[in-house]
Amino acid sequence: MLTCKDASQLMSQSFDRRLGLMERAGLRFHLVICKSCQVAYRQFDFVHQLCQRIAAEPADITSMQPGLSAEAEERILIELHRKQDEH
Amino acid sequence: MTVKLSSPEHWVAQHGNYLFRFAMVKLRDEHLAEDAVQETLLAALQGQKNFSGDAAERTWLVGILKHKIVDLIRKKVREPTLVNVDEPLEFAHDEISEALFDETGHWVTPCQDWGSPDKVLEQKRFWHILNECLKRLPPQLAMLYSLREISGMDTESICKDLNISPTNSWVMLHRARLGLKQCFEIHWLGDVREGVI
Repeated sequence: MLTCKDASQLMSQSFDRRLGLMERAGLRFHLVICKSCQVAYRQFDFVHQLCQRIAAEPADITSMQPGLSAEAEERILIELHRKQDEH
Repeated sequence: MTVKLSSPEHWVAQHGNYLFRFAMVKLRDEHLAEDAVQETLLAALQGQKNFSGDAAERTWLVGILKHKIVDLIRKKVREPTLVNVDEPLEFAHDEISEALFDETGHWVTPCQDWGSPDKVLEQKRFWHILNECLKRLPPQLAMLYSLREISGMDTESICKDLNISPTNSWVMLHRARLGLKQCFEIHWLGDVREGVI
């Protein structure tokens, strides 16, 4: 019998690798009888799915975050001009 | 056909903030993100003649940026401060599991439903909370988690870059997910209840 801790390890790993047949069977059985682990699985999946959306459209989702600082902008322009002058 | 290319001033003004925010999501470090933008624009300047003009300028720049980000992540994960080889993380004290599970391996408190991402979804808010929660994790766990889930690297390359076994990476990712779950339970649900979202 899996404990919730074992089940949670398998749930997490299901995002990183393909579980074996016995692991899947054990996890499925545990999930049938354990409400809390069902919820935990949905929670893992919740964060996973939202991360994937951000990974797909990073700059749009963070458009409220600060952009380049004025100092960084100036530093980058200096570097770009230096590079241009080399040619 | 000759393609008319923009000046560096135009790049920085038009795309600087976009590229920076893109890099911040993947790198979660202001200085590294600035480096990524700078290296991208330097490479763009050098590779101007390779720009076909078929793609939008921004798409072309983002393409370069993605490679620069991978390079910077590789460099960052090799920093000795990040992974302490003397004390492998898999043997480190696991406070997160101890707080969530009792000695018989059951949840200390029942997990609470967060709803489905589509219903509760407020991605900007999510991003803010995720960042705060990642800061509270041990840095190695946060790095590993964001490589896997936000940069979308496969376990094999992560293990190679961090010099850890796949089993260690799974153990660490599990801890990271539990830590985030614990943190989200407080902040995400707390905000929903208080009507912030």
